[in-house]
Amino acid sequence: MKIAVCIKQVPAREWQPRLRDDKAWIREQDVSYEMNEPDAYALEESLRLREKHGGEVVVCSAGPTRVQQVLREALARGADRALHVEDESLSSADASVTAAAMAAAMADEKFDLVLTGLQSDDQGHGQTGVVLAERLGIPHSTIIMEVQIEGGALRVKRELEGGWFQWIAMPLPALLTIQSGINQLRYATLKGIMAAKKKEIRKVALPAGLQAGQQIVALSLPSRAKQTQIIGGSAAEAAKELVRRLREEARAL
Amino acid sequence: MILVIAEQRGGELNRATWEALVAAQQLAKRAGVSSMTVAIAGDAAAAAQELAAAGVGEVLTVAHPALVSYAPDGYVAALAQVIQLQSPRFVVLAHTYQARDFVPALATRLNAPLITDATAIAGAADAPTFMRPMFQGKLAAEVKPVGGGPCFVTFQIGAFRADQLQRGGGPSTITPIAVTIDASAIRQAPEEPFQEAARAVDLSQAARIVAVGRGIKSKEQLPVAEALAKALGAEIAASRPICDSGWLPMERQIGSSGQTVAPKLYVALGISGAIQHLVGMKGSRTIVAINKDADAPIFEVADYGIVGDLFEIVPAMVAELEKA
Ligand SMILES: Cc1cc2nc3c(=O)[nH]c(=O)nc-3n(C[C@H](O)[C@H](O)[C@H](O)COP(=O)(O)OP(=O)(O)OC[C@H]3O[C@@H](n4cnc5c(N)ncnc54)[C@H](O)[C@@H]3O)c2cc1C
Ligand SMILES: Nc1ncnc2c1ncn2[C@@H]1O[C@H](COP(=O)(O)O)[C@@H](O)[C@H]1O
Repeated sequence: MKIAVCIKQVPAREWQPRLRDDKAWIREQDVSYEMNEPDAYALEESLRLREKHGGEVVVCSAGPTRVQQVLREALARGADRALHVEDESLSSADASVTAAAMAAAMADEKFDLVLTGLQSDDQGHGQTGVVLAERLGIPHSTIIMEVQIEGGALRVKRELEGGWFQWIAMPLPALLTIQSGINQLRYATLKGIMAAKKKEIRKVALPAGLQAGQQIVALSLPSRAKQTQIIGGSAAEAAKELVRRLREEARAL
Repeated sequence: MILVIAEQRGGELNRATWEALVAAQQLAKRAGVSSMTVAIAGDAAAAAQELAAAGVGEVLTVAHPALVSYAPDGYVAALAQVIQLQSPRFVVLAHTYQARDFVPALATRLNAPLITDATAIAGAADAPTFMRPMFQGKLAAEVKPVGGGPCFVTFQIGAFRADQLQRGGGPSTITPIAVTIDASAIRQAPEEPFQEAARAVDLSQAARIVAVGRGIKSKEQLPVAEALAKALGAEIAASRPICDSGWLPMERQIGSSGQTVAPKLYVALGISGAIQHLVGMKGSRTIVAINKDADAPIFEVADYGIVGDLFEIVPAMVAELEKA
C-alpha cells in the first residue's frame, strides 16, 4: 500500500503573534516552527497501516525551504521518503492554492491512500484535504478517529458532534482527514534520526498560475467580547482575592 | 440572491442553521442583496415547514433516494445542480462537521471561493470581506474572496445569535427541486450514527467543574488540579488534548466533540480557549480562567482571570479554600 501524508509546518504553540509591517501576514523571522498537530497523528496512522499492510509512506509538504525541517522529522519517525513543493509564496497560501499544488505533485504517484490533518493550526481552513480529494478525483471522509483496511476495502470511523460517531465504507484510493487523538504518537529515535539523513526529499516546483480563493486583507489581535476582571498581585494575594469574589460577588462556592 | 444551505439529521433541523440565516441576513444588508433562498437536502418535509414558517425566503427542498442518508458525494452532486440553477451571489452555511465534510468539494467543483469559520462580515457593499480566526484564535484575519462566483461562506457556530432572526410577514413558499443523481457514483457508504458506550459521568449535572488544559504539562501534575476540584467540591474535566493523550478519559472532555456543560462555576486551568472548547462551556454562570498568557482567548469568556503560573496559583487557592 502506498500512503501519502500531508504535513504542514506551523508556528510553535508558545509563539506570541507579531505582524509584518503590512499586517497581511506574520513576521516570520521571529517564529519557531513545529509539525501541525493533527498531521502528526495522520503520520502515526500511516506508519501503523504500513506495519500492518506493508508498503510505503511518503510525506508531502508545500512551503518555503524551512518546511524541510518537518519533513526530516517525519522521515525520522519512520516515513520512507518526502515530496516538497517548494516556493516562498506558499508560506501564506490559501487552501485552494495549496491543494492544487499538492495535487500536481502527487499526480503521477498513484497513492492508494492520502491522509491529511483535519485542520491547520495556522490558517485553520479545514479545507485542504477535501479540496485535494476533489482535485485527485478520489472519495474522501473527514474527522476520522479509526481506520480499517481489509481486502482493499476501507472502513473508517468518522467523528460527529457531541460524542457521536459513524462508520463509513468506501473504495480505495481515498483521502481521509485525521482528527487528533486517533492514536498515541511515537517520537523519533536516535536511529530514526540517523536513518532520515539518507532518505530522499524530492523537490517539486510550484505550478504557475494557480488561482487563490481568498486573500488576507489584514491580521489583527481579536477584540475582547467580555470584560474579564483580572485579579493581580502575588499568587497568594490573587488566590485570596479570587476566592473572596467567588464567595461574595459570584456566590459560586 | 443569497442561498442558505440548511442542515438536518433524521429530519431534524440543526439549530446552527438559524444562526447561518441570521448571518446571511446581515450579509444581505451589507452587500445590498435583496433576496434570500433556503435549500434543504434529504428527507426533510417537517424541517422545510419550519424554515418556511420563519418567512425569510423561498425554501427549496432537494429530495432524492440517494440523499436519504448523508454522504458527501451525494450532497455535492445534488447541491451543485441547485446552485447552477439558482446562480446565487453567496452560498451560506453553518460551519458544522457536515459542512466541513462536503462544502470544500462543492466549492471546488464549481470553481468558487470558500471562506470557512467566519465570525463577522466587514468590507464595502460591492466587496464584502469576512473576519475569521487564524493561529488558533490568537489573531483575527480579514479575508476577501477572490475568483469566480458564487462565494461560499461558512459561519462559526455561536458567532451569530439565532434570536436575532428577522422573520418575514408570512410563511414562505416551499418549492421542490428535482435533481439527477447517479446513485452508483456515490462512493461513501455511511452506517447509522452511534454514541460510544454510556458515559459513567454526566458532567452536565455538575454544579462546579475544574477543567485542565495542556498548561498542566504532564499526567503526573494532574493532582494539582484534582486538589482544587476537591476543595471546591467540583468535578474534574479537560480540554481535548488532555483526553487525546490519555491523561483523563474521553468522557471528561468538554467541547464540540465532547460534553456541553453549564455549571455554576467553571475554572479553566491552562486552557487557551479554542472555539471548539468554548462552545462546550461558555454557558457556565461564572467562568474563572488561570493562564500565564494574558492574550489567551479564554479571557474573552472569563468573568474572573488570573494571569500567571497555575502551579503557583492553584495551590494558593487550595490553601485559601481550606482555611475557611
Ligand atoms: C473539529 C475539532 C473538534 C475539537 N473538539 C474539541 C473539544 O471538544 N474540546 C476541546 O477542548 N478541544 C477541541 N478541539 C481542539 C481545540 O481546537 C484546541 O486545540 C484545544 O482545545 C486546545 O487545548 P488546550 O487549551 O488545553 O491547549 P493549548 O491551546 O495548547 O493551550 C494551553 C494553554 O495553557 C497555558 N499555560 C501553559 N503553561 C501554563 C502554566 N504553567 N500556568 C498557566 N497557564 C499555562 C498557555 O498559555 C495556553 O494558553 C477540537 C478541534 C477541532 C478541529
Ligand atoms: N502547506 C501545506 N503542506 C502540507 N500539507 C498541508 C498544507 N496546508 C494544509 N495541509 C494539510 O491540510 C490539512 C488541513 O489544512 P487547512 O485546510 O489549512 O486547515 C492540514 O492538517 C495538512 O495535513
